[in-house]
Amino acid sequence: MPKDSGIGASSKRREDVRFLTGAGNYTDDINIRGQAYVYFLRSDIAHGKINKIDTSDAEAMPGVVRIFTGKDFEGVGGLPCGWQVTDRHGQPMQEPPHPVLAQGKVRHVGDPIAAVVADSAAQARDAAEAIVVDIEELPAVIDMKSALKDGAPKVHDDLTSNLCYDWGFVEDNREAVDKAIKDAAHVTTLELKNNRLVANPMEPRVAVGDFERGTGNSTLYTTSQNPHVIRLLMGAFVLGIPEHKLRVVAPDVGGGFGTKIFHYAEEAFCTFAAKAINRPVKWTASRSEAFISDAHGRDHVTKIELALDKDNNFTAIRTETYANMGAYLSTFAPSVPTWLHGTLMAGNYKTPLIYVNVKAVFTNTVPVDAYRGAGRPEATYQLERVIDMAARELGVDPIALRRQNFITEFPYATPVAVEYDTGDYHATMDKLEQIADIAGFAARRKASEAKGRLRGLGINCYIEACGIAPSNLVGQLGARAGLYESATVRVNATGGLVVMTGSHSHGQGHETAFPQVIAEMIGIDESMVEIVHGDTANTPMGMGTYGSRSIAVGGSAMVRATEKIINKCKKIAAHLMEASEADIELKNGAFSVAGTDKSVAWGDVCLAAYVPHNYPLEDIEPGLEETAFYDPANFTYPSGAYACEVEVDPDTGRVTIERMMAADDFGNLINPMIVSGQVHGGLAQGIGQALLENCVYDENGQLLSASYMDYAMPRAGDVPSFEIDHSACTPCTHNPLGVKGCGEAGAIGSPPAVVNAVIDALNSGGKKVAHIDMPMSPARVWAAMQG
Amino acid sequence: MYEFEFVKPTTVADAVAALGEEEAQALGGGQTLIPTLKQRLAMPATLVSLTGIAEMKGVKAEGGTVTIGGGTTHGTVAKEAASAYPALAALASNIGDPAVRNRGTIGGSLANNDPSACYPAAALASGATIVTSSREIAADDYFQGMFTTALEDGEIVTAVRFPVPEKAAYIKFEQPASRFALVGVFVAKYADGVRVAVTGASEEGVFRWSEAEAALSANFSAAALEGLSVPADGMIGDLHGSKEYRAHLVGVLTKRAVAAA
Amino acid sequence: MTKISMKVNGKEVSGEVEGRTLLVSFLRDTLGMTGTHVGCDTSQCGACVVHVDGAAVKSCTMLAMEAEGAEVATIEGQANADGTLSVVQQAFQDHHGLQCGFCTPGMVMSATALLKDNPKPSEAEIRHYLEGNICRCTGYHNIVKAILAASGQLEGAIAAE
Repeated sequence: MPKDSGIGASSKRREDVRFLTGAGNYTDDINIRGQAYVYFLRSDIAHGKINKIDTSDAEAMPGVVRIFTGKDFEGVGGLPCGWQVTDRHGQPMQEPPHPVLAQGKVRHVGDPIAAVVADSAAQARDAAEAIVVDIEELPAVIDMKSALKDGAPKVHDDLTSNLCYDWGFVEDNREAVDKAIKDAAHVTTLELKNNRLVANPMEPRVAVGDFERGTGNSTLYTTSQNPHVIRLLMGAFVLGIPEHKLRVVAPDVGGGFGTKIFHYAEEAFCTFAAKAINRPVKWTASRSEAFISDAHGRDHVTKIELALDKDNNFTAIRTETYANMGAYLSTFAPSVPTWLHGTLMAGNYKTPLIYVNVKAVFTNTVPVDAYRGAGRPEATYQLERVIDMAARELGVDPIALRRQNFITEFPYATPVAVEYDTGDYHATMDKLEQIADIAGFAARRKASEAKGRLRGLGINCYIEACGIAPSNLVGQLGARAGLYESATVRVNATGGLVVMTGSHSHGQGHETAFPQVIAEMIGIDESMVEIVHGDTANTPMGMGTYGSRSIAVGGSAMVRATEKIINKCKKIAAHLMEASEADIELKNGAFSVAGTDKSVAWGDVCLAAYVPHNYPLEDIEPGLEETAFYDPANFTYPSGAYACEVEVDPDTGRVTIERMMAADDFGNLINPMIVSGQVHGGLAQGIGQALLENCVYDENGQLLSASYMDYAMPRAGDVPSFEIDHSACTPCTHNPLGVKGCGEAGAIGSPPAVVNAVIDALNSGGKKVAHIDMPMSPARVWAAMQG
Repeated sequence: MYEFEFVKPTTVADAVAALGEEEAQALGGGQTLIPTLKQRLAMPATLVSLTGIAEMKGVKAEGGTVTIGGGTTHGTVAKEAASAYPALAALASNIGDPAVRNRGTIGGSLANNDPSACYPAAALASGATIVTSSREIAADDYFQGMFTTALEDGEIVTAVRFPVPEKAAYIKFEQPASRFALVGVFVAKYADGVRVAVTGASEEGVFRWSEAEAALSANFSAAALEGLSVPADGMIGDLHGSKEYRAHLVGVLTKRAVAAA
Repeated sequence: MTKISMKVNGKEVSGEVEGRTLLVSFLRDTLGMTGTHVGCDTSQCGACVVHVDGAAVKSCTMLAMEAEGAEVATIEGQANADGTLSVVQQAFQDHHGLQCGFCTPGMVMSATALLKDNPKPSEAEIRHYLEGNICRCTGYHNIVKAILAASGQLEGAIAAE
């Protein structure tokens, strides 16, 4: 029987009622009396030297309050980077400044040159058109390998080159890997691109800055996945506002997928300008503006080599990746191709020797940073593609080849610095074979062929490291922040609870799932628990929501705080019942004395804490409120096996997804309905990457896919109904809930399945196609079929 | 958007008069024009809405001809032309999306003549007559290249007359982002011959594939098209497909349209 | 500025607009009805779908003045008179047809319009109808499921979870 409440129940989401009735409160729904509006004049060229910005005509336009340029920000800091990577030679990465408004040069289409603040949004835009900008266009570097050539134009004149870093991992393995590849019985080599994507949460970014003259306090309302991180970065590094004078609020957030983690110039601008003009300042991005100002994702060019012995055991992996950083380092950009990518190159396999080389490159494009999965999809894609290619070259079954090389003993220390605590890769593959009906594929292929279509089956596995992250470990790896999470549990006198968490939902359903945990722990109704998040003024310092960390890290903090509450309640209950604290048990919302019929209800204990007339005041304080910070001991390692069946129209190259199947091991589940929803969404994004989405620049740095007219978002008709399972369960061994996180898996695991399926389909039709880069548009598939 | 005056006349005559003013521009359903205005790519002083003109709306079928008012939405065509000219109705039912079809109009589409729009293929393949506020124009004379038509300034498409073919079909291969036609082919068989119009493919906008027409007029079957192809030269090449790919699709889709007709 | 009047969710409203004011701006900025959202500027995403005289339209691609005298229905007016959720809204909650909620108003308005025209749509018809509504969170699976449920035909109509 499925449970109807508590941990493991598919409780309906309470937040849905407001979203379904138009009562949500997104940042663009916030309007403050007297607010002005800002329009950013952005560069329409990729690279240029700013000679002069003449704002005099624009300043005289109706409604204009003030026009800001880079000069106005000379006294403040630039946007900081939160992660410092050390290169192969022990040197720190090259780290250029990132001004709020361009200073001296523009470095990508969309780089903000000036900001017009006016009484209305239309007036601000009207006036921006009257600004005269004299820019000397410079040659742009777009292609990464060209950017690294001697004499290439430099994105940042003060750096020695466009190379941010050249990273080797594990550098000590380099020679041994080279030798293993030289000595291998078989080596499969694959060169591929992981296509550049735009995250495209449906809510475009918005910022509203407010300044209270009477107190000197600043408030920023923003579309953020992590308001405390924004407060820290913007307050300490950009504007010099102490954290106690700065409040950051992220109300309902309409999706993020990574791109709302980062601290953006527009946030700093609105906060700065509100104080400068003593009026609230609001910015709402248009979708067109989002395409040239939101951090992009992926954009890796990789060569991977897989070495096998004569028995088809994997003996070594060597990769060389070029990772696009764009024009500036976005908040966590350097960590994505390194620590979120290199550490995952072992995948689900016991390959003894691995060497990963990554060259991060500056180009005249929008900055690139984490997008759903961040580094792990790139690792999974290359690994699962090269394994599939090896199976085809060797003429062996791709499932059997994978199974033969699976890691089966845990904990398992990989040669790339992480230790998987638990997993069972055969179990998820067994489950996949079952739900995917692999045995019935041959008949389905026949049916497709009868319709003139080629049918393919693609299989892959994935592992990810999430529940980000142990602070001491990431600190050693270059993080400039801790990655713990926090929760304050406040029990009211009448027994209801409020949890103030540093996690922040942007669609994940925290308001529903978090109370399920507490309801289970105490034995009360979920409706007695309310979640408060997204506001630095009333939640403890938290690191926010990304990296599938909310339940694994934020949930664990909440558990720890609730345990403190329960322990205190036991003391109170012992006092009330004149019993020993050690004998007190909590069950179904009541404290009882073991072995007796004495019991006191949850609510009575809570009341006693706030009306301490009969209370152990000499031992404990009144009140019932506890805070915990939880720093995980390790990453969590969800894993799974995915399958995709496609049909290819041989006349047009058009690929349709006929079936998409996922068998995941997320450890314990809090709300299976929400978990399924997370997987569905990830699968659609993975299918989008594999078939549709492509962020493309021309050679001059103009963005060709700059709107939904050219950037193909997956629609309802592009995806099938999904067949998924998450019954395989090896609980995480190091967090109190045994949970692993499920937010990114779908997007990590699905692209290789789709590509493997298409390659399988084409080969079944006699086309010897080894690889097609994503997105596998009809035109690309057709071109590949022409040979 | 830049600011503009908005007027909404209720007769064609008043609309023509309003369009005679300086920098006035007609607004059909606005499904292309409004996004264009948002990008500030046009700066009309006055927008003359055609949505209030009752005489420009509706579908009428009589004597082998379907006449569609220029202000008729795609959604209405999809429903009301379904029995008289099913291929045309099917085309209309697949333009944009349901909400777009509830606003976008045939007159607006033909006046804009987007090189990837669907309606131009139907009008050209059907040998339709474009009826304007001042004259009638044969489809063969009307389409004059990408975003270019025979319309004079201030001239309004008030109706389109489609001779109903014996057989017809339109096959659209969608550009995956915009859902416009990457290539679309409309084939219409009449007693006096077959007409084939191709949209989405050519840098010159919608065009007739005369070789295919000749072959199909002799033998209306997909087999008749074997060995025929359009040259890649002059086709559109962009991030969604090369010139060669579009040229290839013209052949594939024409065969499929014939089979579906 | 010109004064316009219309009925929104059955209530007479009026306000001053410019020629360029979009219907969605009239709803959000003039009337303060922020349930209708703007997710793009090319008429693709459908977060802004409302009904004008019974037809689903993209309120970001219609001028406010075009709605003079019209009956407009928005997400704020979809619940039943007693405050309970409409059949479509309830199905979205029951089947987890929303995550971040941003595309949801448009999805609900489109789904409601679909079921008015086609009370028993197939899965393929639903997917085709939603062509103009983009959701980035759900992968559409549970939206399709919710609409099947709202039309009373969930059983067996969709592949297993």
